[in-house]
Amino acid sequence: MRKGLFIGLAALAATACVPAAGPAAAAEEGVELPQLEWSFDGPFGTFDRHAMQRGLQVYREVCSTCHGLKYVAFRNLADLGYDEEEVKAIAAEYTITDGPNDEGEMFERPGRPSDYFPEPFPNERAAAAANGGAVPPDLSLMAKARADGPNYVHALLTGYEEPPAGFELAEGTNYNAYFPGHQIAMPQPLYEDGVAYADGTPATIDQMAADVSHFLMWAAEPKLEARKHTGIKVLIFLVVFTGVLYAAKRKVWKDVH
Amino acid sequence: MSGFQTNSRVIKWIEHRMPVFSFLDHAVGSGYPAPKNLSYMWNFGSLAGMALVIMIVTGILLAMQYTAHVDYAFDSVERIMRDVNFGWLLRYIHMNGASFFFIVVYIHIFRGLYYGSYKAPRELLWMLGVVILLLMMMTAFMGYVLPWGQMSFWGAKVITNLFSAVPVFGESIVTWLWGGFTVDNPTLNRFYALHYLMPFIIVAVVVLHIWALHQFGSNNPLGIDLKGPQDKIPFHPYYTAKDAFGLGVFLILFAAVVFYAPNYMGHPDNYIPADPLATPAHIVPEWYFLPFYAILRSIPDKLIGVIAMFGSIAVLFVLPWLDSSPVKSGRFRPIFRIFFVLLAIDVVVLGFVGANPPEGTWLITGQIATFWYFLHFLVILPLLGVFERPRPLPTSISEPVLKGGGSMAGATAKPMEKA
Repeated sequence: MRKGLFIGLAALAATACVPAAGPAAAAEEGVELPQLEWSFDGPFGTFDRHAMQRGLQVYREVCSTCHGLKYVAFRNLADLGYDEEEVKAIAAEYTITDGPNDEGEMFERPGRPSDYFPEPFPNERAAAAANGGAVPPDLSLMAKARADGPNYVHALLTGYEEPPAGFELAEGTNYNAYFPGHQIAMPQPLYEDGVAYADGTPATIDQMAADVSHFLMWAAEPKLEARKHTGIKVLIFLVVFTGVLYAAKRKVWKDVH
Repeated sequence: MSGFQTNSRVIKWIEHRMPVFSFLDHAVGSGYPAPKNLSYMWNFGSLAGMALVIMIVTGILLAMQYTAHVDYAFDSVERIMRDVNFGWLLRYIHMNGASFFFIVVYIHIFRGLYYGSYKAPRELLWMLGVVILLLMMMTAFMGYVLPWGQMSFWGAKVITNLFSAVPVFGESIVTWLWGGFTVDNPTLNRFYALHYLMPFIIVAVVVLHIWALHQFGSNNPLGIDLKGPQDKIPFHPYYTAKDAFGLGVFLILFAAVVFYAPNYMGHPDNYIPADPLATPAHIVPEWYFLPFYAILRSIPDKLIGVIAMFGSIAVLFVLPWLDSSPVKSGRFRPIFRIFFVLLAIDVVVLGFVGANPPEGTWLITGQIATFWYFLHFLVILPLLGVFERPRPLPTSISEPVLKGGGSMAGATAKPMEKA
């Protein structure tokens, strides 16, 4: 009897799928991103500390030349499995401009865990001037600021290839299979053995791209593990509690039907 | 179900001076009679109320950490996500809470549409509900601007620009809304102030909504009046227990999204800080606005498009007078039921159209769906009441229950006044 209402509501529920499907498909212009298996996927997913440490190395040795990471502080690197001394050591490798001091002068000092990753350029104009007019975006949120972020970053970094015959590349751009419009200002950043991994992992382009994507997912969503762990507890509680509420409802209603 | 009784001396002392307990008992307790045949479709009113409470509580906590300034808004949201204890949880609850609030309210509205809950004597109750929907939309729109991401900025720009369609005064109105000559810091500041204010106005209208509800009580799946005490049960404990269970189910679904797909209903572009010089490839509103956005864009003329968009809600205001059928429940209206399903499909189609650029088949589909939306309310509903032959109504709520559901043997007989 109520079929009409339920069909209607089921159709309404389907609207929830619209925003995810619509813009995602539009942004990629029909290009399918290769889907990697990430350790942080799924309800029990966690970050892979080794992958993140390798990813940090790629960021520091390659990406950081042009891209900032302004929402990540050195203290946050404890999430990657570094202990306090290691975090201090990494921070100290950076030079931070501080001040003004009592004389009113800005001064430079080694980084501390409370400092954030320094910006690669003093300002946006300088960034644009050094990169042919295109400002390299900050990478802190990149893995969430693109549809299917980690797979997109990985695909983009491995997607440099020769343009197909007849494709006109604009001056100062490079062909990339996954970049919207295929013309990207960033030259190919990763090359075979571009970094020498501290843990001895072979530094293939694919490996480095996957590692830095993993690291950037952490940078964008550092509370992912806490979120998923909390979620399991909350859901178990809610399912049990709702079961109790259902039993209570049945008991209260038993003389009505 | 008579007067409020208690043995507690403390409660008696307070009750004598301020009858708050008998008031509550009358509002949501054993002193409020409800139809005994309400289905789970009647859970969504109280769920909407709970969603509102969740939004206000998380919103106030977020407001303690948020900075309403174009230079700091995006950073302050990231600070909430990274450095504030459980800030990520608060923000994800608030962000997805808006979507769930709309899901619940849309189901609530479609339930009302199907069972004719807007018909006499509940017209004011329905109209107050439409006011709440409008206030929710304004609140949600302004809230989406606050993180000051790309979609925040460009969404604000597109929507406020709609008012430029007003003849003569259009540009002045937009400048006045912006507090300047573009969407900028004054816009963000006033949106924040209003986003904080409006939920409390919603609370006030919800109070009126419930007040109007209590005058005649809930409608019910049969859409017929209560005939006597055998048709009624006290709200407490029956519907408090049922609503509590419904709330549990709601929270399970809500938690599943908050913890495992918190950005599913969002747009990736809003994790890019607002940039007035870079227009996103596709500016799309949040999913709950997509059908209205589709109506707006399906009409080539800007002013008529804006009128049609607001008209799609305005038509709900006069719905009680458009639907001419005296039968409330769609269960007894065979043709209405078909059109109800078509309307639901139509709204979903409009949602898909709204998510896609207004070109080619999407544009034409949007125009047909927009036409159908208004046709449904302005032509089909008034005519249905004249031409549709409704099925016979049961004489009372208890009757079909006693006879094992829906046997219409006594339907033609006179109503049995048992009480």
